[in-house]
Parts: sequence; structure tokens; C-alpha cells
Amino acid sequence: MSRLLQWVFGRLPIGWLQLTHKRGRFAAALAGVAFANVLVFVQLGLMNSMATATLKPYGFFQADVMISAGNANALAEGNNVARQWMLQALADPDVTEGMGLFVGNVPWDRGGNEIVFTTFGIDPARPAFLAPTVSDGLHLLQVQGVAILDRLARGLPADEAAAIRPQTPLRFETLGRTLTAMSTFAGGGGFGGDGFMLVSDQTFLSLFPSRTSAAPDHILLRLRPGADVTATVARLRGVISDKTLRVRSYADAAQEDLHYQQTQRPTGVIFGFGVLIGVLVGLVIVYQVLSADVADHMREYATFKAMGYGPRFFLGIVLEEALVLGLLGFLPGLAIGTAILTLMAKVTTLPLLMTPGMAVTVFVGTVVFSALSGVIATRRLAAADPADLF
Amino acid sequence: MTDAPIVAVKELNHWFGTGDARKQAMFDITLSLPRGSFTVLMGPSGSGKTTLLTLVGCLRAVQDGSVRLLGRELLGAGADELTRQRQQLGFIFQAHNLHESLTAAQNVVMGAQVRPGVPDDIAQKAAARALGLVGLSDRMDYLPANLSGGQKQRVAVARALVGNPALVLADEPTAALDKDSAADVVDLLKRLGAARGTTTLLVTHDPRILDRADRILTLEDGRIVSDSGKQ
Ligand SMILES: Nc1ncnc2c1ncn2[C@@H]1O[C@H](COP(=O)(O)OP(=O)(O)OP(=O)(O)O)[C@@H](O)[C@H]1O
Ligand SMILES: [Mg+2]
Repeated sequence: MSRLLQWVFGRLPIGWLQLTHKRGRFAAALAGVAFANVLVFVQLGLMNSMATATLKPYGFFQADVMISAGNANALAEGNNVARQWMLQALADPDVTEGMGLFVGNVPWDRGGNEIVFTTFGIDPARPAFLAPTVSDGLHLLQVQGVAILDRLARGLPADEAAAIRPQTPLRFETLGRTLTAMSTFAGGGGFGGDGFMLVSDQTFLSLFPSRTSAAPDHILLRLRPGADVTATVARLRGVISDKTLRVRSYADAAQEDLHYQQTQRPTGVIFGFGVLIGVLVGLVIVYQVLSADVADHMREYATFKAMGYGPRFFLGIVLEEALVLGLLGFLPGLAIGTAILTLMAKVTTLPLLMTPGMAVTVFVGTVVFSALSGVIATRRLAAADPADLF
Repeated sequence: MTDAPIVAVKELNHWFGTGDARKQAMFDITLSLPRGSFTVLMGPSGSGKTTLLTLVGCLRAVQDGSVRLLGRELLGAGADELTRQRQQLGFIFQAHNLHESLTAAQNVVMGAQVRPGVPDDIAQKAAARALGLVGLSDRMDYLPANLSGGQKQRVAVARALVGNPALVLADEPTAALDKDSAADVVDLLKRLGAARGTTTLLVTHDPRILDRADRILTLEDGRIVSDSGKQ
């Protein structure tokens, strides 16, 4: 290591020698940097998983345009939309197909543990609106009371889910009805519910008697291939006279939902703050270590100054120390962060992952912020007056 | 001009503090140190020995008068200029001031590499040679904590001399040493200096050192009160 640094810096690796001279302090500093890294990794992991979880249900459907109530910030939020607007929209030459989408939470009390399914009521006669990943057994939904279940739902034993087939359906009671799960798809628990469920709009309405077929939660539209989505959205906004409605491209709707989760919802904001606090903790630790180290070596630095070493030399030493701390603290931080995320993913069934993007971001951030702390710490060096040495 | 003095001080005055606290510490000092001379600077405590040394050593800015070091005027020189000038000098302090995390050899390498562009292998060879000259070839890889006081000061001598400085400035280098080590260190300075034509200015209270001096300058209250040369 010492040789490598000597080669990199073209001089004695004084920073490295200085840091490793006090092993206890060095170890504590590395632990601190690693801790800050872990903090950031966990928060970033949560943020990423929230993004994945938020966008996941959008992936179940294939649509170009979505019409929602003005207060529908997320799929499962907000008022209904009158179905008459779908009929209006269908008059547009580029709109080929429309479907009302119903959303509601359906609890399944399993005696002791309850699984809450975010349930989508769809029109089984319009399979084009469903992504191939969920459309397995879609035709079965034509029968009243049939459901397609999320086999990755939190709290649903894997073997129980794996056994669900049309020949061996799973029956369960909920909201005063009996549902028959005949097929499954891969969803997964999110922050809002434990998993997902697909039923026909008719079945949905039987579960929620207060809802009517005239007012779904969202209206999905498909456009003719090659149609300009932006232009169509603009036209539809003109046609739909209820200006409180949100007429958006389907992709925009997903992104706006994500943005809403990250900036308006407490969980998203907390994760963001967590990242900030991790960065601050790291910054303070590195700064503390470096400035204590500078203070401890005032005499030596003053001696080097007297000998004729200039300010760049001292900045070099402190930056070298910052780099060493950043690099060597990052590696255990990455290892521990990965382990914790893996463990948390297991326990929560949230999609918590260490991604290469996160690793690179945190690595670059660690090095940059360590260097920044180093630069701040060198300000104390001005106090090393070589004339005081005599 | 080989006979130009290494140091030429003329009508040098120096003050510390500002306002009412302003106090003159150097009065009208004029002196010159010829190449290769070994000069001892004496005087009671507070007489200004260290002040004179720091002014000649580019560690303080010259306020009034003239100090020419190696032919360059220090009055009005900027911080960068002073830093560059210091690279031509060798300093030995009362405390050895070795870097605790560096070995003896690494400490001396720092002296060899202060001037830019000295390659590693050359600096390391020079450091080994300098440590050999001060009799510490077998202590190259020792950290300062594992060396005796006299050995540490000899490392400091090696560090000061390794770059072949034209001028060595030493402020009470033996004050912290026992009698034998003190004699060792001064003999080394004198012998190595003579062999290389180094000019030495050494501050001391130590009477044992005086008989090794070519010339003894005595300061009192910021003035030179005697200047006795052997030559
Ligand atoms: N940084 C300073 N600020 C203010 N006054 C100073 C400073 N350094 C030295 N002096 C004053 O200048 C005078 C000369 O001090 P100097 O340190 O040069 O004496 P010295 O001969 O080296 O003494 P000693 O033998 O005790 O080391 C003293 O009166 C001292 O108080
Ligand atoms: Mg003094």
C-alpha cells in the first residue's frame, strides 16, 4: 500500500504513514466512514425500492394515456372518474380502446395474519390492456368471483401460492364474499400493501357495493400504433370539459406518482433526509479525524514549512489522508451495506438491492466529500508558523 | 564571485508587536558570513539570537535594513520567494522535530526532496549516505521513538545536510542533549560543514562549543557587542 501510494504521489506517502501510525484512531476513523456509508446505502436502498414498488403496478398494464381525478396522486388515491369521459375520448381518431380501472384494498384475514391485496378491477374482455407478465389465465376472470393472486405477496406461504392452478384453486373469504384464486403472477410487497390481486370489474363491484361501473378510479386509453401521445393528450384535454381531471400520458402518470412518493409522502422525505444525514455524518467524521491529525502534527508541519515545503505539499498530505479514509472506509461500508439490504429484503420482502449504480454513486460521493473535509481541515495549517519553532 | 559572502546583513532593525506594545528587538545589525565559516552566536536570554536567525533563515519577513542571502535581497521578498529560499538552507532546531511516523531514513529523504525534481532513488541514496556520515547506518529504519536523544539530533543533522545546503542554521541544537551527545553533534556539524564548504551559524549558550568556533558573535539587547574571530 505504502509503495503504491509512493508511486501515485511521487513522494513519501506521509498521509498514509501518519494515519497508520495511530492504529486505534485509524480503525475508528475507518469504522466511522464505513458507518456513514452503510447509512447512505440503506437509505438509498429504501429509496430505490420505493421507486421500484411505486412503479411496479404501472408495469401490470399497457396503456398510452391515463385519465384520473385531480387528487389522484397515486394509483390507489383520489376520487373516481366518470366513465362518460372515456366515451368522449374514444371519439378521438387516435384513441382505439379504453378501459376503466378500479382500485381497492382487499384484506384477507388468515386467522392471525392478514394480507392486504391492492386489488385491480379490470375488464377481462380487453386483454390488450394487460402486460403479458400478468395476463396468464386472464380469461378465467370472466367467471364471477375469480381472482388472479400475487404469488410473491407478503405473508403468503410460497408453497401455498405455488399450488394455485385452475384445477386446484384456492378459495378464501373476504369482505363477505368468496373469492377463488385460479392463477398467479409475480408482483411483490410494497410500502402500501402486501401484494396485488386482479379481478374482473364485475367481481370488484361485488366486493365494493358502494362503487358503480359508471365511475372507475382511472380510465386507461390505448392509441393507434404510431400515434403522437403528447398531441393526443393535448387534444383530449381540450375535449374533456371537466378541467379538474388529470389527463396524462401513462408514462408521465407513473413518474408523477413516483415524484409524489419521494417528495410529498413522509416515507419518501424521510429516506431523502436519511441520505443527507449519512452524508453529513461521514463529512463530520472525516473532518474530525483530519483536523485532529493536523493539530497533532503542527510541529512536524511547521518543520516541513521551515525546510521549504509549500502549501500544496500540505494540501497533498491531507488529501492523501482523505482519499485513504474514503477508499478504505468505503469497502467495508459496501460489504456491510449489501449484507444489511439483503437481510432487510428477506424480512420485509421489499425489493431492497445493492445496485452497481448505488455503489458507484456512494463511492464517488465518499471520495468527493472526504476530499472536501480535507480541504476544510487544512485551514488550520495556516497556524503552523515555522518561526515559532526556534 | 566565489568570495561573495553567503549572508550579508546591513543596518537591520526589527520590531515585534504593534501600537504601544511595539518593541524593537534588533538594532542596526551589520555582519557578513563568508563561505565555509563556522560562526557561533551567543548572548543572554532575550538578546535577539533567535530573531536574527529567523530573519536570516527566511522564517520572518525583513522589516528594515537589508539581508542578502546567497546574493538575493530578502527585504520585500514574498512568501513564495522566502519558501524557495528556505529550500537552500539546512535547519537544526533545539528539539529534533523529526516526524514521528517516518523512519530515520524517511525523515532524511524529506530533507533531500524539498527541492522539486529529486527522484526517489537518488533521494534515498543521499539519505543513506547522510545517515552513514552521522554514524546511523544501522538505524535507518528506526522510528524516532526508538532512538536516543543524541541519535535523533544526529538524524536531524543528516536531514539538514542531506541537500548540501549553502547555509546551516542551528538554534541551540545541543541544549537537550547530554555532554557526550552534544559534543558529538557539534563535531559532526563542524566536520561535515568543513568537508562540504557549508557555512554554519549556530546559536548556543554551551561553553563547550565555543572552542570549536571560527568566530564568536555576542548579542546583547538586540545589538552586536562583540565579534571575535580566530582567523
Ligand atoms: N514572536 C515574538 N513576539 C513578540 N516579541 C518577541 C517575539 N519573539 C521574540 N520576541 C522578543 O524579542 C526579543 C528577542 O527574543 P529572541 O527570542 O530573539 O531572544 P533569544 O536571544 O533567542 O533568547 P533565548 O536565549 O531565550 O532563546 C525578546 O525580548 C523577546 O521577548
Ligand atoms: Mg532563542
